[in-house]
Amino acid sequence: MNTGEHIILSAGEKTRRRIFGLVGRSFLFAVTSVAALAVLAIIFFIARDALPFFHEKGVAAFFFSKAWYPAQSPPQFGAAAIFAGSLLVTAAAVVLVVPPGVCAALCMSDILPFNVRQVLKPVIEMLAAIPSVAYGFFALVVLAPLLQNAGGRVLSVAWWVLALPMLALGSVVAADLLSSQRLSETSYRLVRGLLTFLFLALSLVLIVQTGNRLGALQISSGVNALNAAIILGVMALPTIVSVSEDALQAAGRELREGSYALGATRAETLVKVVVPAAISGIFSAILLGVMRALGETMVVWMASGNAAQIPKPWYNLLQPVRTLTATIAGDMGEADQMTGSAHYHVLFAMGLSLLIFSFFCNLAGEWIVARQRKRLRGG
Amino acid sequence: MRKLLLVAGLVGGCAMAQAQDKLVLDGSTTVGPIAKAFAEYTMRQSPGVNITVSESGSGNGAKALLNGTCDIANLSRHLKDTERKAMEEKGVKPVSHVVAYDALPVIVHPSNKVKGLTIEQIRDIYTGKITNWKDVGGLDQSIVVISRDTNSGTFETFKELVLGKEAKICEGAEYAGSNGAVRQRVQMTNGAIGYAGLGFVDHSVKALEINGIAPCTTTVVDKTYPISRELFMFTNGEPKADSLVAKFIAISRTEKGREIVEEIGFVPVSEKK
Repeated sequence: MNTGEHIILSAGEKTRRRIFGLVGRSFLFAVTSVAALAVLAIIFFIARDALPFFHEKGVAAFFFSKAWYPAQSPPQFGAAAIFAGSLLVTAAAVVLVVPPGVCAALCMSDILPFNVRQVLKPVIEMLAAIPSVAYGFFALVVLAPLLQNAGGRVLSVAWWVLALPMLALGSVVAADLLSSQRLSETSYRLVRGLLTFLFLALSLVLIVQTGNRLGALQISSGVNALNAAIILGVMALPTIVSVSEDALQAAGRELREGSYALGATRAETLVKVVVPAAISGIFSAILLGVMRALGETMVVWMASGNAAQIPKPWYNLLQPVRTLTATIAGDMGEADQMTGSAHYHVLFAMGLSLLIFSFFCNLAGEWIVARQRKRLRGG
Repeated sequence: MRKLLLVAGLVGGCAMAQAQDKLVLDGSTTVGPIAKAFAEYTMRQSPGVNITVSESGSGNGAKALLNGTCDIANLSRHLKDTERKAMEEKGVKPVSHVVAYDALPVIVHPSNKVKGLTIEQIRDIYTGKITNWKDVGGLDQSIVVISRDTNSGTFETFKELVLGKEAKICEGAEYAGSNGAVRQRVQMTNGAIGYAGLGFVDHSVKALEINGIAPCTTTVVDKTYPISRELFMFTNGEPKADSLVAKFIAISRTEKGREIVEEIGFVPVSEKK
């Protein structure tokens, strides 16, 4: 049968198909652009309401003054303390959660049996499904009284539970990495044993010392930067664990087998081969965690105490702080375009700052991933 | 033609009935419980009436009245000059109706030894001049200062009656989002001091005597308790005599209404206008 007539199209048919194709493609393009346009529109509208504030009050007063008295007449809108509060809470959450989070990801991808991982990962990811107001309620009703009444003890127990296994594991791994395999079998074992013992002893001293110091703490108010940081850390945990674990898995079986084939120990394989290969993924996991913690509103509004101050000294997590997100949420009701325009616009200025910050976080993440990809390709 | 008119009349009548039978209230979380109880009472008395009460804070209540999204704005403070001006510009004529009196007891943890403070001492505590309970006759314990957030009428009243125009709350003060949250924080924290509406204060916290006078119904009515205030419902213009709005506000002067107000923990207004 001759099928030629079906393949060769007439000129009219050709143009029709081309037009249909064009229409289809432009429709798909429009649909795809909606997301990008939405982001641009958000930036535009926030900036439009933020800029009048800078015109009226100046940039320096906003970023460098810490006098936040919106209800005073005349009002003062220095946001330095609020920026510091946001950064402090976020940084503390990240410091608290990254070591255990990345360790957990390593354990799940390389150490624990596959069956355990299959159960553990969904359970950790379930933490992300809890609504943030439930976390906030927990912070206010459970964690805050606990910190007030038995703060020191709770902190020192938490420190022991977290630090003991991590430092013990760290000591073993560090000893393994430091002892040179060029030594003879017996002296290698001896050196490794000695180093392990040394590191373990050092970590034990560190754990006991810090534990005692934490145990002696008196916390006068349970809603403070620490409370918010702990809860934010728990909220960021599933993101960090899950994304890092994916990155570690993606490093591939061949890489690990190659490393073992060259005679590397498990510790060497993990620290010198697998983690470097997955480091960009781990970085993006951490950045995602940072953005989760920075953007969270309800929890910090309920748990941080909302005092517009820079703690003294600045790293004192036991004092209440106020964050950008909580200020926006808490003050929006009072700040009307009609009634208090500077107060209204300052909240948009804060929103814009948050937006710009997470934009740069995102950009940094992309850059790290791109650079890593290039390096892995041998570029 | 007559049929058509009849239909038109019916439709018009329905629309009017609907407009009559719907009432939207917004504003203060302090006045909210009163408005809700009044709404329940009204809806039980005359079924078919539909009343919604939102509690979004006095500032938002004023905003809602300004934008015409509510019939009655509940405020736990007077209108601010800026709000009054904005309403004038938009052609809204705010008329205030006092529906109850409230006092702001200053509350501390039940274990606190201090029985009373003067207004000056409270001001010094809130502005950060006094930071330890031992300076006002208590134990050697640092004071945890808790305030309502600056968005609330409770804060405005406290600021006006205790702190004065110029004073600034110390920067270490915590801000809580509702009266209930303040009580929650105070009852859990040994060194805490806070303030909340009279209706929110129960035996889980201790209300201090101010200048030697304890907050209670009598001291609020005879105005000897210094931190007391009027609770308002604002309408746009004086409501028409037999409109739902007028009837709703008038509940506060009936015996039943006064009972409701007292039950919630506020002090009712007198029956005569």
